[in-house]
Amino acid sequence: MSEKSRKKFLYLNRRAPYGSVYALESLEVVLIGAAFEQDVSLAFLDDGVYQLVEGQDTAGIGMKNFSKTYRALGDFEVRKLFVERESLEARGLKESDLMPIVWEDEDEDWAEKPSIAVVDKAAMAELIAASDVVLSF
Amino acid sequence: MPTLHTVNKSPFERNSLATCLERAAGGDGVLLCEDAVIGARKGSAFAKALAEKAATCAIYALAPDLAARGIKGEDVVEAVKTVDYSGFVDLAADADRVCAWL
Repeated sequence: MSEKSRKKFLYLNRRAPYGSVYALESLEVVLIGAAFEQDVSLAFLDDGVYQLVEGQDTAGIGMKNFSKTYRALGDFEVRKLFVERESLEARGLKESDLMPIVWEDEDEDWAEKPSIAVVDKAAMAELIAASDVVLSF
Repeated sequence: MPTLHTVNKSPFERNSLATCLERAAGGDGVLLCEDAVIGARKGSAFAKALAEKAATCAIYALAPDLAARGIKGEDVVEAVKTVDYSGFVDLAADADRVCAWL
C-alpha cells in the first residue's frame, strides 16, 4: 500500500465495557482498520480506561468477555495503546491494574515489547492533533 | 426500607449518582449496578461521597457487575456492601418503592 493511502487513525475510547456496546464496537472497527494496513493508535480516557483493566469476569452478567481480544492486537500490527494517567487516577486505578499487552518485534528476535503507554492529558491532546482521522466511541 | 434507589450509569459520565445521593433519605438503600459500580472502587473520585452517605443509607453494589469490570471485593469502598442478583431482588421486594436514577 502506498504511503499516500496510509493514514493515521486514532480510536478514542471513553466508555466502560459492558454497560454499553461502544467498547466492543470500537474493538471490531479497530480490527477492520488494521486489516487495511493503516497506522492505528488507540486512546483510552475517561471510563474507557476500564476496557483494559485486568481480571474482567463476565460469567455473572451473561455477556461475552472480550477483554482477551486486546492482548491479540499486537498480532494485527496494532501496537500503540495510549492510556490517560489522569483518568486512571480519578478512578482509583494504577498502571499495574491494567492487563499486560505486548507485541513481538520481529527485528529483535520476536522480543515482547509493551503496547500500553500511560500518558498525561497534554500528551493525549497532542496525539489527537497529530492524527489524520479520529474515530470516537 | 422506605425507598431503594438504583443507579446504573457511570458517575464519571452522568450526574445520576450525585443527584441520587443528594436526595436519598435516611434509612433508604442505594444500589449501584452496571457501569455505576465503578464509582465504588477505592480511591475513585466518588469513594468519599459514598462512604459519607453510608452513615445514613445502606449502599450496595451488584457483585456480578463489579466482577465484569475487574473490580475485586477488596477493591470496593468498605462502607459499600456487595449483593448478588437474588440479594437485589430481596432489597427491591422489601422496599416500599424502587426509584431508578437512569
